[in-house]
Amino acid sequence: MSGIPHDHYEPTTNAEKWVHRRLPIVGLIYDTIMIPTPKNLNWMWIWGIVLFFCLVLQIVTGIVLVMHYTPHADMAFASVEHIMRNVNGGYMLRYLHQNGAMLFFAAVYIHIFRGLYYGSYKSPREITWIIGMLIYLLMMATAFMGYVLPWGQMSFWGATVITGLFGAIPGIGEALQTWLLGGPAVGNATLTRFFSLHYLLPFVILGLSILHVWAFHTTGNNNPTGVDVRRSSKEEAAKDTLPFWPYFVIKDLFALVLILAGFWALVGFMPGYLGHADNYIEANPLVTPSHIVPEWYFLPFYAILRAFTSDVWVVIAVNWLSFGIIDASFFGVLAMFAAIFVMALVPWLDTSSVRSGRYRPMFKWWFWLLVVDFFVLMWAGAMPAEGIYTDIALIGTAYWFAYFLVILPILGVIEKPLPQPETIEADFKASLKKKSGGSGPSPEQIPAE
Amino acid sequence: MSHADDNESTRRDFIYYATAGAGVVTVGAAVWPLVNQMNPSADVQALSSIFVDVGGLEPGGQITVNFLGKPVFIRRRTETEIAEGRAVTLDDLSIDRASQNPNKPGTDALDENRTMDDAGEWLVMTGVCTHLGCVPLGNGAGDFNGWFCPCHGSHYDTAGRIRRGPAPENLHIPPASFVDDTTIQLG
Repeated sequence: MSGIPHDHYEPTTNAEKWVHRRLPIVGLIYDTIMIPTPKNLNWMWIWGIVLFFCLVLQIVTGIVLVMHYTPHADMAFASVEHIMRNVNGGYMLRYLHQNGAMLFFAAVYIHIFRGLYYGSYKSPREITWIIGMLIYLLMMATAFMGYVLPWGQMSFWGATVITGLFGAIPGIGEALQTWLLGGPAVGNATLTRFFSLHYLLPFVILGLSILHVWAFHTTGNNNPTGVDVRRSSKEEAAKDTLPFWPYFVIKDLFALVLILAGFWALVGFMPGYLGHADNYIEANPLVTPSHIVPEWYFLPFYAILRAFTSDVWVVIAVNWLSFGIIDASFFGVLAMFAAIFVMALVPWLDTSSVRSGRYRPMFKWWFWLLVVDFFVLMWAGAMPAEGIYTDIALIGTAYWFAYFLVILPILGVIEKPLPQPETIEADFKASLKKKSGGSGPSPEQIPAE
Repeated sequence: MSHADDNESTRRDFIYYATAGAGVVTVGAAVWPLVNQMNPSADVQALSSIFVDVGGLEPGGQITVNFLGKPVFIRRRTETEIAEGRAVTLDDLSIDRASQNPNKPGTDALDENRTMDDAGEWLVMTGVCTHLGCVPLGNGAGDFNGWFCPCHGSHYDTAGRIRRGPAPENLHIPPASFVDDTTIQLG
């Protein structure tokens, strides 16, 4: 499966040979977990395991929660309270599921920004990147529909606002929204279909995750230098890499333990800290909560959605150019989806031939500004949509698009990259030398012995 | 014999196209019911018409009733609110100048085209923000003393017309009429 030369599975016993001739599954698993992995991977390469853990955690806790949950508008809220009060350990299962979604998103954001910094999206890993973006979109859809299931006030009004996005599409919007909701407003029909899809989509994510892993096992992992593993011979490849099992599995599991320590502290001591109290009031179609806020992991894109009001000049211009078809609310919807779409297009927007941000002196600053921008948007999304906050959201949105559509294409042309190490082995040795108190990192190649 | 000269192959081509065509039709026929089942079911579709007793409503009072799963505001406006609403000219309405009133189709958004009676005392509106569907807060809320949507900050005036914020249209008015002095029929 891997493009990097390495030893493949050879069945030795008669039983192994018997199975291997009929279904080479042991070989498939062996080649997958023994993949030669660049030995200079840093701690930003542990998030894949964390994400895999999150997916399993969500599926397992989700399956047992469904054993006690009732998907009906009259009973959903009460059945969630039943889980919290009566079901043995039910409160812990639900808190794990609820906070597990947050760990999932925290990990996926770090994972995405890791990819953006080290240029993991660049050739030949574009398909890995695109599949990752699809997984991220499905995660958002799944999390949104899951949030509706407890049928609290935030569930109901969040669903109303988000399905309203589709209603803003000119022409077909209203019919599309009615079709999505199964009625004129969010109701029982909406709850039951969201329940069905919330159960289904994680398994689609699981399937895409397997493709995601398959794709980067074919191209090989990226690494902090962005330099390719040498592939001319097995011996040379072995100087740049170590097998995934046991070296990286143990490292990743160690990181997972540390992260789970923090996660358990959150779940055990402050399980409702990142949630909203309003969602413990049963859904009421006649009363909107005074301040509808999505969960924190949606806030940056929520801020982009709200940033475009009808008094912003871009909106006025587009409205005039489209003969009034694109109004402020549809513009906001387009902007929100475009914010994710430009991220998916980054393999073709970034013109630099250097992968890793480590060797791109100008790129670094713009990248970290994007990270700051992400948090500013998150903060602006949590604030009321008035006064200075809409201006801040608008500036943050402008930078988000500028980074992908203007800065990345230009940087590749004007930037003078720093020298890169010849091989991963050289980089690895240099970092060892640095740690052992040597003369610091030396970018020049250290001859292979 | 070349492929083009082979008469048998045209029969084979026909079978390919017929099979592909039948496949497309079959898939389409299978998909449509799966899509259509998500549309509103018969009980939801059954349009109802409801009667609301507004006899107990004093000027400045408002009730909210649930009609087709959405809130409907029925407000008996005060003299001040009527005066404020009537003072607004079409030039003040930069976002939406249509009355959005199916009871007076095609009219502009002047105050008298929004209210039920000519005196302008009775205002009946669907209480759903035209931005993304939240329920606006009433009783003189917002910068124009009418309604204010807390979700994304849309301000509506005393006749429910959008004055500032992301909402693209005035609050919609449902089909409504007085059946007698104290009863309003919705739908």
